[in-house]
Amino acid sequence: MSAAAEERDARAPWALTAPALMLFVGVLLIPLAMTVMLSFHDWGQYKGIEPVFILKNWHEIATDPYYAEMFWRTFRIAILTTLLTALLGAPEAYILNRMSGRWKSFFLLIILGPLLISVVARTLGWALLFGGNNGLVNKLLMSAGLIRSPIPFMFTETGMVVALAHVMMPFMVLSVWAALQRLDPQIENAAMSLGAGPATIIRRIIMPQIMPGVLSGAIIVFSLSASAFATPAIIGGRRLKVAATLAYDEFLNTLNWPLGAAVATLLLVALVFIVVGSNALIERRYAEVFR
Amino acid sequence: MAYLELDRVAKQFGAQTVVDDFSLSVGKGEFISFLGPSGCGKTTTLQMIAGFLDPTRGAIRLEGKDLTAIHPAKRGLGIVFQSYALFPHMTAAENVAFGLEMRNVPRSERAERVRAALAMVGLAGYEDRHPRRMSGGQQQRVALARALVIKPSVLLLDEPLSNLDAKLREEMQIELRQIQRTIGTTTILVTHDQNEAMSLSDRIVVMSQGRIEQIGSPQETYEKPASAFVSQFLGKTNDFAGAIDRSVAPAQLMAGSWSVPAPPGLNGPVTVSIRPERIGFGDAGLGAKIVTRIFQGNHWLFQCESECGPAIVIRQNDGKAQPVEGEAVRLTWRSEDMSVRARDVA
Ligand SMILES: Nc1ncnc2c1ncn2[C@@H]1O[C@H](COP(=O)(O)OP(=O)(O)OP(=O)(O)O)[C@@H](O)[C@H]1O
Ligand SMILES: [Mg+2]
Repeated sequence: MSAAAEERDARAPWALTAPALMLFVGVLLIPLAMTVMLSFHDWGQYKGIEPVFILKNWHEIATDPYYAEMFWRTFRIAILTTLLTALLGAPEAYILNRMSGRWKSFFLLIILGPLLISVVARTLGWALLFGGNNGLVNKLLMSAGLIRSPIPFMFTETGMVVALAHVMMPFMVLSVWAALQRLDPQIENAAMSLGAGPATIIRRIIMPQIMPGVLSGAIIVFSLSASAFATPAIIGGRRLKVAATLAYDEFLNTLNWPLGAAVATLLLVALVFIVVGSNALIERRYAEVFR
Repeated sequence: MAYLELDRVAKQFGAQTVVDDFSLSVGKGEFISFLGPSGCGKTTTLQMIAGFLDPTRGAIRLEGKDLTAIHPAKRGLGIVFQSYALFPHMTAAENVAFGLEMRNVPRSERAERVRAALAMVGLAGYEDRHPRRMSGGQQQRVALARALVIKPSVLLLDEPLSNLDAKLREEMQIELRQIQRTIGTTTILVTHDQNEAMSLSDRIVVMSQGRIEQIGSPQETYEKPASAFVSQFLGKTNDFAGAIDRSVAPAQLMAGSWSVPAPPGLNGPVTVSIRPERIGFGDAGLGAKIVTRIFQGNHWLFQCESECGPAIVIRQNDGKAQPVEGEAVRLTWRSEDMSVRARDVA
């Protein structure tokens, strides 16, 4: 092959991916870089944004315990949501997978159906059911005399975790479902023929094999919950802020863009570290099952 | 007394009868093959013995005890699946040890038995490998070791060799037979490969569409096929349309210009079937013309057009001159080499 042709061959992949690459750079990398830069700018009530390089915002985040508490709350909610979806979603996917044809597609539709409805609508639904004295469920339970005061749901972390878990459940179920599809259809029979009971089969044979699915589902749910906006905004409002709602407030209410950018950047960096780190751990731990 | 007994077992899926009227008694230590084309119900029958499926009708007994009343986990049978169904997250040794763990075998004895089982299938030194890092043949051996280590009363093999290439399959056949002879486990093998069934088993159960066509030793089923299906399925065969004429004395069996004194019993239209290697070329017999002649090393294969349709003849390459293509010949055979069955005239 001539040198010119070789050079053309080497350039071809770049040329072919150029449109997508340009879109990626244009709508993702550039705004991202600008956000990071913004976080180093100064801001004052009257002077607005000043394009200088200072560490004021980062210093504020690092020293003011308000931010530590808020980030800790964000990740606590994300972790609890992840645990809840894993505990409910994995058995759900397993049971679903064992159902026979018609029921299987029916229930799969029920589980995936929420994906078609806006997160806002779904979260508002929870608010209608549990929101204060007027919440439907609270009213029913109170008039039945089962509870004296309404179950606290709005502006609570519990409420946020429950609503987020509902929103995130399809991702966990789908991820475990995919892992279940890779199982040998005879694997349970094989374990049974060797003398294993149902509980042992689930614990020793099924669980270790779907664990990678549960963990990758957990990564998706965790990162989506930690950066979720709509649900925390509706359930937590101004009273119970998480990283995403705080950044939003700084941008649109206080108009302190640089501080909002610093919060957003920190959330992004923390998430990237957590996701990449746990992904590497999982891949090492489950090398045998993944291959 | 029969060790394992299937008594008029039947299985229906909805309205479809997949296995019907299946009766078989297996002696202790016997090697039985279920042989039949795809979809004839071999796996279904095996799964009923294993307990993964419940028979619709009939009984399955092991040493006189009703097996269907026992939960599959308690039956103590060893099963090798077509896909092997090894546990991918466990090493070879852990796979083999699993059945012993379930039986609460003490750790030290367990390790010893696992080691011995893996050595028996020729996998000493592979204890710590995971199945995904093993070849198909090695995985197959792990599956066999896992089934045998629990000292099963019956070993059930569902097409264990079908995923292997021809050479490895032959090696594993020999090995399987040797292992089975050494430890004497009663074995049922499901296969659709007639050579495999013939070279391994004491008896073959030939199945077609959920029914037993014939039960017999490999020789019996090959040489005295009970039905047209069996003779077609087990190796090549020539079927000639003939007739028995009892209006003359002595009664005659005829096919084309060939005729012999008729065997007792049958009358009217019959099918005469003869294996290709039992046909010779002679001076008198069924008229035929050689269409093609193929040299295959130790034998010659002739495709002929006879008076009663196409025929195949196989002759040993014994160094003698053989007829050439286009030559007119007469096909002869000994009367003990043919089987005669009544023929339906449509
Ligand atoms: N769960 C089921 N529901 C309905 N029909 C079934 C079911 N399992 C098997 N069958 C049918 O029963 C028949 C026999 O199946 P089986 O698996 O026993 O065949 P086989 O002899 O093992 O074939 P192969 O050599 O292809 O494995 C097939 O026609 C199949 O379609
Ligand atoms: Mg089968």
